Amino acid sequence: MAHIVGCIGTSHIPAIGSAMHKKLEDTPYWKPFFDGYPPVRNWLQQVQPDVAVVFYNDHGLNFFLDKMPTFAVGAASSYSNADEGWGIPTLPPLRGQTDLSWHLIEQLIDQEFDIVSCQEMLVDHACTLPLKLLWPEGPCPVTIVPICINTVQFPLPKASRVYALGKAVGQAIASWNSDKKVAVIASGGLSHQLDGERAGHINKAFDLQFMESLLNNPEWATQFSIHDLVEKTGTQGVELLMWLAMRATLSAGAGAGVHKVHSNYHIPISNTATGLLALASVA
Amino acid sequence: MAASQDRAPIPGTVLFDGDQAQKGYALNKMCFSFNSADNRAAFQRDEEAYMQQYGLSAAQADAIRSRQVLQLIAAGGNAYYLAKFAGIFGLDMQDVGAQQTGLSKEEFKARLVAAGQ
Repeated sequence: MAHIVGCIGTSHIPAIGSAMHKKLEDTPYWKPFFDGYPPVRNWLQQVQPDVAVVFYNDHGLNFFLDKMPTFAVGAASSYSNADEGWGIPTLPPLRGQTDLSWHLIEQLIDQEFDIVSCQEMLVDHACTLPLKLLWPEGPCPVTIVPICINTVQFPLPKASRVYALGKAVGQAIASWNSDKKVAVIASGGLSHQLDGERAGHINKAFDLQFMESLLNNPEWATQFSIHDLVEKTGTQGVELLMWLAMRATLSAGAGAGVHKVHSNYHIPISNTATGLLALASVA
Repeated sequence: MAASQDRAPIPGTVLFDGDQAQKGYALNKMCFSFNSADNRAAFQRDEEAYMQQYGLSAAQADAIRSRQVLQLIAAGGNAYYLAKFAGIFGLDMQDVGAQQTGLSKEEFKARLVAAGQ
């Protein structure tokens, strides 16, 4: 059966793509952000995942308000990036892992998560940038299954529901009849707000408590309503839902545990408090 | 009234709920079209014709002409789609943040840095 090697949560600000393209990683503005990644890359070199399941939120590249799924699972053999409107470089297509996609779709529906399946799906910076940050050199070495969670149009799924989804995804990966090693990635957050008079809202204390909770008390954030989470973390800070789903994949089964590989937290990149957290699963 | 408005409002924050999604549909659909470079160019060639093509309301068209993000949000605009409109003018999120908070860009950036202290 397949095995989850661990999980990685990271922010996904579009400007990261431009910074990498222009090789600005070591400039004073960017260095505190990019310095978080080498220890996580080294760990990935050791555990060598074959597949990444990526929880992310679409920013109006693939989905529009005409049809807005709450949870959507990619089932494509290839996922293209495309022009998002503000000039960040388009990254090469990513290879899909369709047998895992359909296994996930079947298991999730069986567990009463009535997800949308997508055999064609453009993936935006939220899906592509984490992979580029984790594997900056050459083509992306892992195949992917993207899982999109709506953070555009309210009502958003409750934190507790997102956690339950993640747990079901973890169980489904564990029952996938494959010898492949799987990493789970979450892309989003941490606290930030782009819109309104409260633009620029950041909540360092909450972010740090949230990251800490993912180690040993992963359901901590499920106590909050979406309204609470927006109030505390901002209209886009609510993207921390991706991290909850990610962490929940490692919560299934007796004795499931994690140890921290590395974490980083830096304010600000663009308008965002950036977080990075890598957790290895403990057998 | 959408359920999201049953709770005490969050100051300086509009939740993009069903009311906003209905009100802003045409505006957001136009901004969504700006994923395409051809559409961005068409808008820049003739803004009025482009807005008419998408059926923007008078308030939405005024908001587009004003380039004021708070006015665009009041007309039903969603941050994720409005970002594509801002991109046409080469504005980044700190420009947009400064405009909405009435700060200079340097002041807005200083506030972000202070949040990390």
